[in-house]
Amino acid sequence: MSAIVVDPPTETLSTAPPDSLAERKGLTKKEIAADHPTWCPGCGDFSVLALYFKLIEKRKLWHEQITTVAGIGCSSRFPYFVQAHGVHFIHGRALSFASGVSLSRPDLHVFVFGGDGDAFSIGGNHFTHTARKNIKLTYVVMDNWVYGLTKKQTSPTSPKGFKSKTDLWGAIDQPINPMKQAISAGATFVARTTHTNPNHVLQMMEAAMDHDGFGFIECLSECVEFYPGAFDPSNPRKGGVFNLVPKEHDVTDEIAAYRLANEPFPGYFGVFYQQQRPTKNRLEAKVNEDARQRVPGLADWQILKQSFDRMK
Amino acid sequence: MSESILTAPAGEQRRAIPPEQRIKEAVIRLAGNSQDGIQAIGGFLARLAGRSEQEVMTFMTIPSTISGGPSIFQVRLGSGEVLSAGDEADMLVAFYQHSYDQHLNSLRKGGVVLYDSDHVEANPEWQQDYRHVGVAISSLTVEAIGGTAKDKGKNVFVLGLLAKIFDLNLPRLEQLIRERFGGKSDSVVNSALSSFHAGYAFSIGDLMETFAFADSQKRTRPQVVMNGNEALAYGLIAAGVRFGAGYPITPWSDIMELLRRELPKYGGSFIQCEDEIASVAMALGASYGGRVAVTGSSGPGISLKAEAIGWGVMAEVPLVIIDVQRGGPSTGLPTNVEQSDLNIACFGGHGDSPRVVLAPASVEDCFYTAIESVNLARKYSVPVILLTDQAIATRIEAFEEPDFAAVCQDISPDLSPIPDAKPYDLSEALGVPKHAAPGTRVLSGKYPIVTGLEHDELGHPSASPRLHSQMTAKRRRKLQALARSLPRPTVYGPPEGHVLLVGWGSTQGPIREAVDRARAAGDSVSALHIRYLNPLPNGLEEIFSGFHQILVVELNDEGLYGYGQLAAMLRARYCDARIQGVNKCDGLTFKVKEILAVLQNKLAASKANPKI
Ligand SMILES: Cc1ncc(C[n+]2csc(CCOP(=O)(O)OP(=O)(O)O)c2C)c(N)n1
Ligand code: SF4
Ligand SMILES: [Mg+2]
Repeated sequence: MSAIVVDPPTETLSTAPPDSLAERKGLTKKEIAADHPTWCPGCGDFSVLALYFKLIEKRKLWHEQITTVAGIGCSSRFPYFVQAHGVHFIHGRALSFASGVSLSRPDLHVFVFGGDGDAFSIGGNHFTHTARKNIKLTYVVMDNWVYGLTKKQTSPTSPKGFKSKTDLWGAIDQPINPMKQAISAGATFVARTTHTNPNHVLQMMEAAMDHDGFGFIECLSECVEFYPGAFDPSNPRKGGVFNLVPKEHDVTDEIAAYRLANEPFPGYFGVFYQQQRPTKNRLEAKVNEDARQRVPGLADWQILKQSFDRMK
Repeated sequence: MSESILTAPAGEQRRAIPPEQRIKEAVIRLAGNSQDGIQAIGGFLARLAGRSEQEVMTFMTIPSTISGGPSIFQVRLGSGEVLSAGDEADMLVAFYQHSYDQHLNSLRKGGVVLYDSDHVEANPEWQQDYRHVGVAISSLTVEAIGGTAKDKGKNVFVLGLLAKIFDLNLPRLEQLIRERFGGKSDSVVNSALSSFHAGYAFSIGDLMETFAFADSQKRTRPQVVMNGNEALAYGLIAAGVRFGAGYPITPWSDIMELLRRELPKYGGSFIQCEDEIASVAMALGASYGGRVAVTGSSGPGISLKAEAIGWGVMAEVPLVIIDVQRGGPSTGLPTNVEQSDLNIACFGGHGDSPRVVLAPASVEDCFYTAIESVNLARKYSVPVILLTDQAIATRIEAFEEPDFAAVCQDISPDLSPIPDAKPYDLSEALGVPKHAAPGTRVLSGKYPIVTGLEHDELGHPSASPRLHSQMTAKRRRKLQALARSLPRPTVYGPPEGHVLLVGWGSTQGPIREAVDRARAAGDSVSALHIRYLNPLPNGLEEIFSGFHQILVVELNDEGLYGYGQLAAMLRARYCDARIQGVNKCDGLTFKVKEILAVLQNKLAASKANPKI
């Protein structure tokens, strides 16, 4: 696939789960899958989707417990393929939208999926601030080092020398290193994985979901259409090496994490950095608790009246 | 006899004021530097008026100032309905030479300039036209407070003088001073009261005559006193909004600051974001979460929000967007008023993206329009833009306290399971979508996607030519349904005549006052104020048919083709050549006399040729 897809949605049959919560079993893949993905055959994004289904199955998540949010890009079409509440927002702003959901609906777990352009170019500022604010959500960037949907322009993660339609002679700008970017922005969970290692992807997704805070995963996801073979050096089946983050690496050591991130491609895979820091969700809840204590037992209209009484 | 709060209580404190010195209203302009607490005096007078049982209103303009710079504050106190800030002042209080030099021309001929003779040298040329009253405000204040206080209590000294001149209610003012400085140490309160009493005790009566406000009708409900930004923010709270996101920009920042401070008491949050795009996106996220949220900004930030507002239109997600207009384009005039964002509010999106646009006409109206915006956003599942402006945002008015229990509403989402979700159902009569907030269990097992791509009824993408036509029509149809349900605005004045002045937003006051004055002079003029700007209410053409000329009075430029933004919309809608514009964009509110001047020309033309 490359441009906006126009085929009608594929109907997927699913049986309604029984009414009583106690009787409800975990969802099956059939119940989680929606439209048939419109990605090109062989696109790395398929594995990310399959592993998201696995995560939902394995962790027994219900439709109504999660929301899947994305911006714009091939990878960002993700929510259409998931049978659950989902949002397809605008290019680059998925994290801000998802933050609004997360902050106002603490009962939901918000998953955000998107591409490298969505995350680090048009959405770069939002990435930084969502990370530093430590908003509780799970963010998977499907990094293919290229703009897929718009058909092969240079992306902020394209390595120097990559020949795209906007750099016919090869990319000349320094690419962004997503790991460094996340660590320096103040992300509290920073991990790296690749679509060719499904077990590892699932492991990282679980860890990110369990992290109380902004859980960020860079998942290398090959664009077979516009950047085939980009990640072969990280794929043992293609003669590459898949190096796990060394066992002795201290994930709470920011400098060590930064050093890991500095390794030349294919580098390491696993959790680079993790830190426990109160989420914005919690900090805001604390602000509210304190404020509520100053208006004990008052109905909303009484609180308003109190404010107006001071303006008489 | 009921006690009046504005005026002094009966008894020994109340002076015998001859009837000719009983006034109905007074416009007082205070000019000094911002650190002099000029605005505090205005605040005291407004609160005093607000606490009065009489029909007394205040109307103030606070030009924003950079701290330390010159500052002015204009108060209009009256025993009757006060419509505008008043074109000319009856009294100017000048703290410095520059205040005197720059503001004397704001005084009406024969008006009183009360100046600080420690700082101001009166200009002999001006003494014929204006009553000059010099008082050594600075040194008398220092004398009253003593010690090292310098002249810090000057404002309260002046308040004392004004209390004497206008026979204001002394005990109530003392109480207000105590309340205002109550949080500070006793010595602060005592110094303030000392300088206030010194001002009151000063024998001003030797220098000029004093006045008193005529008694007026009794009030039924207590009054509250606040500015438009405050009224608007509290309106949102009353409406049940519990989430907002924004980025600071004058003159919108006050609203976000207030919501940030107040919402936690109600269990809500206001988030300061990294920019306006994140703000609108975050607010949309919260709205999608099931409870309509708010974002806002002023011109430059509204431009940034345009793409996401379009998403709200396409995905049919409700949202309230506040635009506190200032002079534009670009950074423009950050602290001046203009009504030049009507076009971006109504049309500022790519594609066909109908949305709702409303504009409040007064400070009180800010409160109720905020509630209405929330309810329209919910009812039609659509972004609603609320257009206020710098003038209404910062001016203070007194209005009747709302019926709190009645206006406060709970709009939390219903998350109970539903059999089926079909958000964009084309067979819906009015075209209004039905969203199931996330967290809602859908028993059919088919979950909705909320999206900015053109979509089918379930929210799945489709570029089918038929669907895009149907869905575009559906998004338009629901606003046409809204238009049908809107009340037809009422004409101020008789429904037929020579000229109809049409206005929107904060200009209602001066326009009505212009109508009153023109009618008093025997001219046939009425006014129409449009609160719902997009969609417009139906039936305006019938109102227009009663008049020879329709003049659209707006604070924006006449544009490339000679018509202001609302005038152009009305001409496009009604193809009516009688619709003309009265425009200005000097960054200041309309003066009544400016409207009257244009009116006189048009009336002359109309009388010469009544067929026009
Ligand atoms: C405001 C805006 N600008 C540009 C686009 C066009 N556009 C859509 S997706 C995209 C880049 C996609 O790249 P990436 O985020 O890496 O996702 P991928 O397709 O590679 O998965 C662009 C430039 C848009 N939709 N909106
Ligand atoms: S990312 Fe590349 S391979 Fe995947 S769907 Fe898009 S164009 Fe096709
Ligand atoms: Mg990409």
